[in-house]
Amino acid sequence: MSARTILQKLEILADAAKYDASCASSGTAKRNSMGGKGIGSTEGMGICHAYAPDGRCISLLKILLTNHCIFDCHYCINRKSSNVARARFTPQEVVDLTLAFYRRNYIEGLFLSSGIVKSSNHTMEQLVEVARILREEHDFRGYIHLKTIPEADAEIVHQAGLYADRVSINVELPTDSGLTRLAPDKDARQIEGAMGKVKSDITELKDAHKRFKHAPRFAPAGQSTQMIVGADAASDADIVGKASRLYDSFGLRRVYYSAFSPIPDASAVLPLKRPPLIREHRLYQSDWLMRFYGYKPAEVMQATEADGNLPLDIDPKLAWALKFREQFPVDVNRASKEQLLRVPGLGVKAVGRILASRRHRNLRLDDVARLTQSITKVRPFICTVDWRPVTLTDRADLRSLLAPKTEQLELFAA
Amino acid sequence: MTALQHVKLGIYYVVHLPEADDFDFWRERARALVQCEIPPDRIAWVEPSGSGDLFTHGERRMPVPSDDARQVRASKRFVSLARNAILHSEPERFALLYRLLWRLQATPRIMEDKADPDVRRVEDLAKNVRRDSHKMHAFVRFRLVENEDEDSEAGEHYVAWFEPDHHILRANAGFFMRRFANMRWSILTPRGSLHWDGETMSEGPPAERSDAPGGDPMEDLWRSYYASIFNPARLKVGAMLKEMPRKYWKNMPEAALIPELVAGAQKRESAMVEEGALEFEERPDTLATIDKAIHACRKCPIGQLDNHAVMGEGPQDAALMIVGEQPGDQEDQAGRPFVGPAGQLLDMHLEKAGIDRRGSYVTNAVKHFKYVQRGKRRLHQNPGAKEIDTCRWWIESERAIVQPKLVLAMGASAARAILGKTVSIAKVRGQPIPLEDGSELWITAHPSYLLRLEGPAREEQARLFDADLAAMRERLAELSAP
Repeated sequence: MSARTILQKLEILADAAKYDASCASSGTAKRNSMGGKGIGSTEGMGICHAYAPDGRCISLLKILLTNHCIFDCHYCINRKSSNVARARFTPQEVVDLTLAFYRRNYIEGLFLSSGIVKSSNHTMEQLVEVARILREEHDFRGYIHLKTIPEADAEIVHQAGLYADRVSINVELPTDSGLTRLAPDKDARQIEGAMGKVKSDITELKDAHKRFKHAPRFAPAGQSTQMIVGADAASDADIVGKASRLYDSFGLRRVYYSAFSPIPDASAVLPLKRPPLIREHRLYQSDWLMRFYGYKPAEVMQATEADGNLPLDIDPKLAWALKFREQFPVDVNRASKEQLLRVPGLGVKAVGRILASRRHRNLRLDDVARLTQSITKVRPFICTVDWRPVTLTDRADLRSLLAPKTEQLELFAA
Repeated sequence: MTALQHVKLGIYYVVHLPEADDFDFWRERARALVQCEIPPDRIAWVEPSGSGDLFTHGERRMPVPSDDARQVRASKRFVSLARNAILHSEPERFALLYRLLWRLQATPRIMEDKADPDVRRVEDLAKNVRRDSHKMHAFVRFRLVENEDEDSEAGEHYVAWFEPDHHILRANAGFFMRRFANMRWSILTPRGSLHWDGETMSEGPPAERSDAPGGDPMEDLWRSYYASIFNPARLKVGAMLKEMPRKYWKNMPEAALIPELVAGAQKRESAMVEEGALEFEERPDTLATIDKAIHACRKCPIGQLDNHAVMGEGPQDAALMIVGEQPGDQEDQAGRPFVGPAGQLLDMHLEKAGIDRRGSYVTNAVKHFKYVQRGKRRLHQNPGAKEIDTCRWWIESERAIVQPKLVLAMGASAARAILGKTVSIAKVRGQPIPLEDGSELWITAHPSYLLRLEGPAREEQARLFDADLAAMRERLAELSAP
């Protein structure tokens, strides 16, 4: 194979990384380059330096160190038996690229992952080496997210956490049987074992940092994971259940969903049609319901339809409200925060505004309209001083009245 | 002259602000005006380059509050919103903020009333400014200017051209300083410019686009990254436009690619699927359908050779399914599995183990014969992992219909067809492996392996093969027992 240029390698190894959903750069320890030798800062909020036409934020230089891989996971474009072009960066090349991009304000930092070459340990060492050069030799204070390899030794994974802001281990598939079938070289128990170890490292060093100012930070932006949706038979109810279990057991910051998308050179074991993109969107919405709206996993599952999947034409919150109409209408002047959060069309911010404003006045429908995005969506579910939805909540065709028009849907349709 | 007299006399005050973003100046003047009880409608606020002609005849001297004037009250929330809102390019902002400050004196908790139109308006202004700042942090693009006179490190100078909507430049100097503390940089905008030399910040006059460098070789790499990280299977232009409106595009090197990426996306996606060439239809539900379909199957290169598909054979309710690798030369011609030399050897060993081949379903991992032509002979070639995986569609369909209690996979290819991964025969042979559908897999060597050996090695392998078959038969009897 003739030597590839940096440009060619970047094309191959960025292309190979695009199936990873996460690009977050938020929620890490605050720091900047004042008084240091290098560059970089993290000030809490993540920054999206560009948006791709797929609507996704580009915050980090997201690449693989190499897409050579000794594993053979069917859903993955880089599996051993795939015919894709292969390339390999040296750690120094990744470091140079990261710094050159960062100086020009293209990125917040680096998200580095890799195919498995030689052994899991060797690969993990290479990933850690990139982070080490950036942090120690260049005093780089931007964001680093390292994908860790569950099969690697705990000691090397621990090193990764000392350099990186965030570490992540992909659970890959929502069911163990799916994993066995589609990722024959991976083992669900090993993945969860590694996540458990990272969790205890985070807790331990966070505690140490509270007591000793100079204790090392360990992955201050926490750990996250990713699940592929639509490659196996798992229903949305299964996925929501799995996600909530992961949040509880491993203290994850985020569970990312990636709609299985047709990849070149796919394996025959996979379904051939991609799931509608809107399904991924509905799962993220359900994730939000659990994290910010006080829904329990079982309640999100109540919003699913007979096949265990969330409806695609309406969002899960509206689906839940339509199933439990007896809970509505809610009086915006009296209802508790929890009740208000259940009203379709009222977001966390709008609820906060309502709670603050109603101390000063009795809210009328016009007032609520000023505080929310769309009053039409909210109206059937609330009462105000001058409004009460007499028959609206009982109407059988309420769903079709509130579901977005089909023209809008086609924007996302598969 | 007392404050009350101003009101009575109906004097209008004109306040000229020295800078469009000077919050401290505004606060100082506003405080004095409130203390003198000058109502909002008697004050005109004029920013530099702003037009104040309507009130040019107003009083420019500020009233002086009396010593016993009331303390001016403003909540923390108001001050933090006002700091941001004052950076907005809306000329009315000073008057709006003054009106709100005026009302705050009588209604100290007015900021909590989010339904109040003035409060909403100030919040909106502040929100727009925060968004503009955030987009500045995100979309400023530095270009490297090499200055060859100086030594290499200090000679590197990074220069950006940016066009903010509001007066946010000075307020964001700190962000760029903290981030690029050890870099020499300049940000040029139509409203002014900032320069950092690694130690001190200095301000410069408004600039023009032509003052900034025109390009940077690194932008080729960045553009290529932008194009590669985009997944054409998930086009969401609306979501992109919401966060990165067109007005920013002209100063972002990567944005020039967007139209062609969007146009090419549909094409690229169908190409991606086609390359995979895996458009199987519904899973077949009878063996006859499979038989018919495999003859037309061209999903992998083996199907393109000059050969015939060979279907499995045996009873549809067989308890045992025997899986080999692929048809050989003789099987290809006969159209039946295991009729060549390996088939004959298999028959012999099955008989020895007391297994009835006619009661079993015999098939192959790959349905077509893979070979290379050497003169008149077609030499057997092992199927590749990808070819086996492609063909799994058919063997999985056969398994779904026949539903055997036990599957015997002979050789690594057959094992891969069932398990989806390559295993070492020596490690897994002669023991049951539970399968997802409740059946059991047994793995052993392929009989053609025995054919290639000679002498004691062959005897040893034949013994192992027999042992595997015997163990499997015993298990099969157990499973078949009522």
